[in-house]
Amino acid sequence: MKKVKRNGDFLTSMLLLAPYLLLFSLFIAIPVIIAIGLSFTYFDVINSPTFTGLSNYISLLTQDEIFLKYIIPNTFKYALIVGPGGCVLSFVLAWLVTQIQAVPRTILTLCLYMPSMVGPLMIQVVWKTVFSGDQRGILNSFLISRGWIDMPINFLLSPDYLLTIIIIVALWQAMGIGFLAMIAGILNVNEELYEAAYVDGMKNRFQEVIYITIPSMKPQMLFGAVMAIVSAFNTGWIGPALSGTNPTPEYAGNLILNHIEDYAYSRYEMGYAAAVSVVLLLMIAFFSKVAGALFTEKE
Amino acid sequence: MAKLKGKRVNPKHFSTDQIKFYVILIPIAILMILPVVYMANEAFKPLGELYAFPPTLIVKEPTLNNFRKLFELSGTTGVPMTRYLLNSVFVTVVTVVLNIYITVACAFVLSKKGQYRVTKWFFSINQMALMFVQVAVTVPRYIIIVRLGMIDTWSAHIFPLIAMPIGIFLMKQFIDDVPDALIEAAYVDGAGNFTVIRKIIIPMTKPAIATVAILTFQSAWQATEASNNFITSDVMKTIYYYLNALQTNNAVAARGVVAAGTILLFLPNLIMFICMQSRVMSTMSHSGIK
Repeated sequence: MKKVKRNGDFLTSMLLLAPYLLLFSLFIAIPVIIAIGLSFTYFDVINSPTFTGLSNYISLLTQDEIFLKYIIPNTFKYALIVGPGGCVLSFVLAWLVTQIQAVPRTILTLCLYMPSMVGPLMIQVVWKTVFSGDQRGILNSFLISRGWIDMPINFLLSPDYLLTIIIIVALWQAMGIGFLAMIAGILNVNEELYEAAYVDGMKNRFQEVIYITIPSMKPQMLFGAVMAIVSAFNTGWIGPALSGTNPTPEYAGNLILNHIEDYAYSRYEMGYAAAVSVVLLLMIAFFSKVAGALFTEKE
Repeated sequence: MAKLKGKRVNPKHFSTDQIKFYVILIPIAILMILPVVYMANEAFKPLGELYAFPPTLIVKEPTLNNFRKLFELSGTTGVPMTRYLLNSVFVTVVTVVLNIYITVACAFVLSKKGQYRVTKWFFSINQMALMFVQVAVTVPRYIIIVRLGMIDTWSAHIFPLIAMPIGIFLMKQFIDDVPDALIEAAYVDGAGNFTVIRKIIIPMTKPAIATVAILTFQSAWQATEASNNFITSDVMKTIYYYLNALQTNNAVAARGVVAAGTILLFLPNLIMFICMQSRVMSTMSHSGIK
């Protein structure tokens, strides 16, 4: 189709684009550039930044014992479970709800999506009560009443349990917007594809999912995967919030996100914190790249 | 072939082979909402039940005391709770309304003006920004807010929230389905871009607008970044920030009040989502990343 040539179209287009472009630059693009810039400096907020080259990255990767010994293993364990785990869980539950009728599906979808709606405050309050360290904690009181333990366990201050608890909470609220996208994606798969596949000898529902459903909704899968990864990293604040201290006992619940806060707000080493931020953004980009390689449609 | 009779995905009627799905789904769904149910009950518990041992799930003698106390509370500097609530409502409403206009305008250009190189280029940058985690740049954001003189102003609450790549992304994907012919016809009739947006795009993308509205609402209503970092005077902070502080400093004594507050703040989220869920779902079918 031939486009009508119009005078001034470029100008009004740019005018329409301008407000978002401006806000995007101010609050996303430029902050990322500043973070990258600061990561090569020493900056203590009071004096202006002094260029120090790669020294932040070098000390991060060679001298920061806490980062290497706790933060990196914690973050990888957490991200590898919550990212792909959340994505798989979202897909499985999305597939299950599409196998039932519309009205019960709507209700169950609402229930599954609810944890993503409750907001950080309720997450904190609820899970603190569940895992509370005295005998009034719901889990402790349950375990004691069953006679499985004698003394309440201080879950939130115990290095043995904290990371597991963080992972449970993150998985609990993993069914977010990506989950909704996956439901829509599954519902949109052309039904004739299934019929044709059965004629061609497909035998069961598992094959159906692997050969028809997932390949037909790759764009939604990619969106869901990216959302799962981002939400995993965004939920990282929960460790210190639950245990009430940053750093958490023996750094058991500290993820890379908390390391940034630790350096930025407790030690005012902004350059160093910026370097950790850059590492975080690179990690997310890496995970998203993997998701992209899995789910990008081949031309 | 007999197996294929009756729809399998999105069935219209109940059949016994759906039971297995319910058997898996219902317990998981209950597990998901149990914490929320518990919280809702806490909000209505009288003092005795709040600190009862062993802890109970369901409230026995419901009371509105916690809600009453919540509204009577005031911050350390004497700012009443209702003021924080009003601030939140104001910030959220302005953010949602502004964001809808800005998002529709920008998404329209990204979707229908592919002939300009800058739009294509910006869309791929925006798609990359879907992975953006805001905590990573709290410090640079603070520096920018200071430099712009936005510290302690309402704009510090509102503008950072509008930079929301996912809204633009979903909206653009949805506008892609508005037929080009319709827009071209409007141009032939002498309409400009602004008229096209008002007369064609907005009426045809209502589901996506609803979705952007609900996503913005959720992030604005629950935002604490601005109150924590960009706002110094107490009278301009938000209710979410205030409850958060209450919860951190006074977790045991204020237990019932905090429960009442979280439930009260969660309700608008829930109601909005229930009202708009069919529109959200129809937007989500356009959400794929290609």
